[in-house]
Amino acid sequence: MRRIILSVLAVALPFAAAFAQADKLLDELNDDGGKAKKEPVTSTFKATRIINSSTVENLAPGVLDFRILHRFGRVSDGVDNFYGFDNATTRIGLDYGVTKWLMVGLGHNTLFKANDGFAKVKLLTQKKNGTPLSISYFAGISVDGGAAPKLPPGMDWYFTHRMAYAHQLLLARKFSNRLSLQLMPTVIHQNLVDSTKWSNTTIGLGVGGRIKVSNRVAITGEYYFRGNNSDMLLSGATTYNSLSIGCDIETGGHVFQLFFTNSNGMTERSFVTQTTDTWEKGRIHFGFNISRVFTVVKPKEFRSTKNNW
Amino acid sequence: MKRLFVIAAAAILSAAPTFAQKFSTRTAKISFDATAPGSPEDITAVNNEVASILDAKTGDVVFQAPIKSFKFKRALMQEHFNENYLESDTYPKSDFRGTIANVSSVNFSKDGTYETKVSGKLTMHGVTKEVTVPGTIVVKGASVIMKATFNVLLADYKVNVPGVVSDKVGKEAKVQLEATLAQK
Repeated sequence: MRRIILSVLAVALPFAAAFAQADKLLDELNDDGGKAKKEPVTSTFKATRIINSSTVENLAPGVLDFRILHRFGRVSDGVDNFYGFDNATTRIGLDYGVTKWLMVGLGHNTLFKANDGFAKVKLLTQKKNGTPLSISYFAGISVDGGAAPKLPPGMDWYFTHRMAYAHQLLLARKFSNRLSLQLMPTVIHQNLVDSTKWSNTTIGLGVGGRIKVSNRVAITGEYYFRGNNSDMLLSGATTYNSLSIGCDIETGGHVFQLFFTNSNGMTERSFVTQTTDTWEKGRIHFGFNISRVFTVVKPKEFRSTKNNW
Repeated sequence: MKRLFVIAAAAILSAAPTFAQKFSTRTAKISFDATAPGSPEDITAVNNEVASILDAKTGDVVFQAPIKSFKFKRALMQEHFNENYLESDTYPKSDFRGTIANVSSVNFSKDGTYETKVSGKLTMHGVTKEVTVPGTIVVKGASVIMKATFNVLLADYKVNVPGVVSDKVGKEAKVQLEATLAQK
């Protein structure tokens, strides 16, 4: 009996060993000293904006993004203005990825004829088995165009009165493939405010996120609390906190972002401090962001023709 | 008898790895072309971080490619490849485990070129399939160069190409492999 078992073993063992061989080789490849790899987490968000706010996603170096942002009129305007479709505010802009950690952008807004520019710097990238958060710093500037506003008597008008600055820290975490959240401590400085009533500097905190419904569709949202200046009036109109809810739909070449928002401004200054509509009573706007990317500088793997097959 | 067997088995098992002549690399190259016929854009990518080990004695060979290391001309394409097609967060690596059919005819100590066949299991996007691929082995000095070209049917590996991009992304990817392995 024992002999039979032994001979069976003797026959079976080499076979088992042969099957295990290739697997063993694979184990050799995977054996990196047994440490869990700290891989950077990718695609925290689908796009460089949640809806209005910037995300921790940067354009890849050498990528130019032509962006058309559109906010229609108030849905509450009713059938006379075709629920807002008859008038709209627009921002057209160009974003560019300079390096892996730096992207910049310029844009023109129809609202207040503002021109804006920004730079976004990646400070920290979330890593699997490592860094828990991605952190970016956003700095923006906007310069309103158009006619000078009516100033109190005796006050001189300077060009700098048109300017406002925005600073944000973007703290994001991809909790799972489906859920990503971002906190956005924000400081807006406006050179021209009625300083008898309000401060030039508005401090706010934004919260945003996305929930992926499928590989190509995600629900998005963002909200800004204001720590001060929440009673600020814009040309006599009450201002509200900005709330936007929408969805990202990804087709082959682009991400379409469709949403409802109570802000019709698209610069940080504008949607944080100049939102004069409210979700109550349906004073919201339908809007979309369209982006089209162009690869201006090819990745290094494709610069020689060698890899072009 | 029993003791003899145990000793013999122990001797064979422990000695086997030291006899094995292994070649390896971590910079093998895999590129693919999944461009649909008539597509305005090239759907191509290249990965220069493929790891491989070849056991010259048994003919066993493995390849392993980190999916996130595939580089595309367009960053957005690369993102979609990872997010929607290969789902690299869930399936971070693709690998091949196989055996060179006629390895005994390859003389690893003399320069030469050999046409071979490799059969084994290709795992991609969480799906494992048996494949047999013709390839070339070039022995040159102390290194072994393996080359192969084969087609992968995307549907076999549950990689879905939505209708809107079917004019750009083909049903099949032509894969090219080139690995220069050095003695381990």
